[in-house]
Amino acid sequence: MRAFLIRRLLALVPTLLFASLIVFGAMRLIPGDVIDLMMAQNDVSTTHDRAAIEAALGLDAPVHVQYVRWLGGALTGDLGRSLWQNTPVASQLAATLPITFELGLLALLVSISVALPIGIYSAIRQDTAGDYAARSFSLIMLAVPSFWIGTLVMVFPSVWWRWSPPLEYTPFFTDPLTNLRHMLVPAIILGLAISAVTMRMTRTMMLEVMRQDYIRTARAKGLSERVVVLVHALRNGLIPVVTLIGLQAPLLIGGAVILEQIFVVPGMGLLLLEAVFQRDYPVISGVFLVTGVGILLINLLVDLTYGWLDPRVRHR
Amino acid sequence: MMTAPADQTAPLLEIEDLSVAFRTERGLVRAVDGANLTLRAGETLALVGESGSGKSVTALSILGLLGDNARVERGRILFEGEDLLRLDRRALRGIRGHRISMIFQEPMSSLNPVLTIGRQVAEPIRLHQGRSWPEALDQAAELLARVAIPDPRERLAQYPHHFSGGMRQRVMIAMALACQPRLIIADEPTTALDVTVQAQILELLKTLTRETGAALLLITHDLGVVARYAERVAVMYAGRIVESASARALYGTPRHPYTEGLMASVPSLTGEPRARLLTISGQPPDLADLPPGCAFAPRCPHVHELCRGTVPALQPATGTSDRDHRSACHGYP
Ligand SMILES: Nc1ncnc2c1ncn2[C@@H]1O[C@H](COP(=O)(O)OP(=O)(O)OP(=O)(O)O)[C@@H](O)[C@H]1O
Ligand SMILES: [Mg+2]
Repeated sequence: MRAFLIRRLLALVPTLLFASLIVFGAMRLIPGDVIDLMMAQNDVSTTHDRAAIEAALGLDAPVHVQYVRWLGGALTGDLGRSLWQNTPVASQLAATLPITFELGLLALLVSISVALPIGIYSAIRQDTAGDYAARSFSLIMLAVPSFWIGTLVMVFPSVWWRWSPPLEYTPFFTDPLTNLRHMLVPAIILGLAISAVTMRMTRTMMLEVMRQDYIRTARAKGLSERVVVLVHALRNGLIPVVTLIGLQAPLLIGGAVILEQIFVVPGMGLLLLEAVFQRDYPVISGVFLVTGVGILLINLLVDLTYGWLDPRVRHR
Repeated sequence: MMTAPADQTAPLLEIEDLSVAFRTERGLVRAVDGANLTLRAGETLALVGESGSGKSVTALSILGLLGDNARVERGRILFEGEDLLRLDRRALRGIRGHRISMIFQEPMSSLNPVLTIGRQVAEPIRLHQGRSWPEALDQAAELLARVAIPDPRERLAQYPHHFSGGMRQRVMIAMALACQPRLIIADEPTTALDVTVQAQILELLKTLTRETGAALLLITHDLGVVARYAERVAVMYAGRIVESASARALYGTPRHPYTEGLMASVPSLTGEPRARLLTISGQPPDLADLPPGCAFAPRCPHVHELCRGTVPALQPATGTSDRDHRSACHGYP
């Protein structure tokens, strides 16, 4: 088991390297660079000034040299400094990552606790009114973008009832309740959005599993329908669902970025958005690096869960 | 003092006039049509017939395991005097795996791939005998030993994919025996296995049912198996029982042309199985579109005019050594 973990973690290294290379290159392809922006803001426009700023920020070196420099720093935990604020990227990430992580985790919990029960119900009551209602709901959630719902939630309650979701961020450890009150609305919107696919997958898999011979065997033993569904069927049905949840990790992070913007959650998404507008390369790289590591770790976790659910893939 | 054993008077299982239909895209398919079966305590009854004749449906209706698209249209299934078709779900669950247990055809898919063998064998013991998991697992190990699985203790923690087909069928037998049922239904338990393993499994099943005094309803389409393992035989065709008799009488004096045809297609001891189509020509009938008379009439070598118009009833047969020999044929009055 430990050997397996170490092997898996080592296998992450080339993937991350490759991803960082792409991010580093792609960023430089975005039209408009940081120097233009700075010069426009500060009203300086001589070529002499331009060269000076480039040199000061270390942007005068060729891109591959910059990449190697950045990589060398990243390996020692130094992700450089923001080009605009001059604060270390690492400390900016340390401040924002936990917030986005909290939002993502809450959304995931919402998604799972909505998708699994409804998906299972939908399957065992196939073609009943409840099943149709659940399927229609998931279709709507699939079709409607979460930023739109987010905007509706911001606008309509305030027009109708003079209520709007709280937008004041409080750190979780300062005041958990106030924090949750703020985070819950975006978490629910994001969670519901990604629950749609999970719900459909759960339903499909449960329908498939309930047709299997071993379910008939379980019933022939006299087990109650509850045990048949929750013990004998669910564990088999969940195996592909867990994979799906892992694949949704990027969606979750992407959605968090947008909803942080709407609900003024000072997380990594907000940081990234600003950095992209300002072409703040080190910050962008840092965010992508952390996101990449996060997604890969989630996939590792999925594989471990997979092994736990399915004895046939254990100890491989 | 002499008392007749109770089982001589009251049958353990009595299926009376059972009809089961499925709703399908092609209309109503009557898979079982007025079937009658009687099984006494401790007896082995073979239910024989070609594929699609309704054997599995009959077996599944005993335990109420038919799918949602099935409907029992008529009949009674008396088990120890109680009509299983009238029991509520809860009472029926109390009988499943406890008084009546079932072994299925497909050992590769009949065990749950993600649960340990120990858990799966122990489950009915825990459920019906109220044992704790450790006690039930102890019993499960003993059961695995009884069905001749080596190292039963170690095997409890293993999963189905660690077992071969024959071994899995042994596990199914252990599971079926767990609560000492009065009746075991084995639906083609060896069809999916190698020929050498088939004999071992049937032998094991026979020995264990004899030891525990359980009755066995053995479903098969192999008349060769019947001769060795069953005391009585019921032959099914297109959802109806066309002949029932003791195994000896059925072999000696078959009273239905379909049985004769089946018998001729049993491989001889020395060699090649004779081609089935030579002995019974034609296809089994379409259940959604049965002929008005005897369902076997289109394939019958001795067909009369009467056969095409009237369904023959299952009646006592003549010229046989078995008093309970019955057949449904206009040609063997
Ligand atoms: N769930 C179902 N839905 C619709 N039709 C069914 C269903 N189960 C069985 N049938 C039909 O009922 C008929 C009898 O099927 P059954 O499984 O009892 O045959 P069998 O005698 O057990 O055959 P085999 O030897 O192949 O197992 C078949 O024609 C089959 O198509
Ligand atoms: Mg069958």
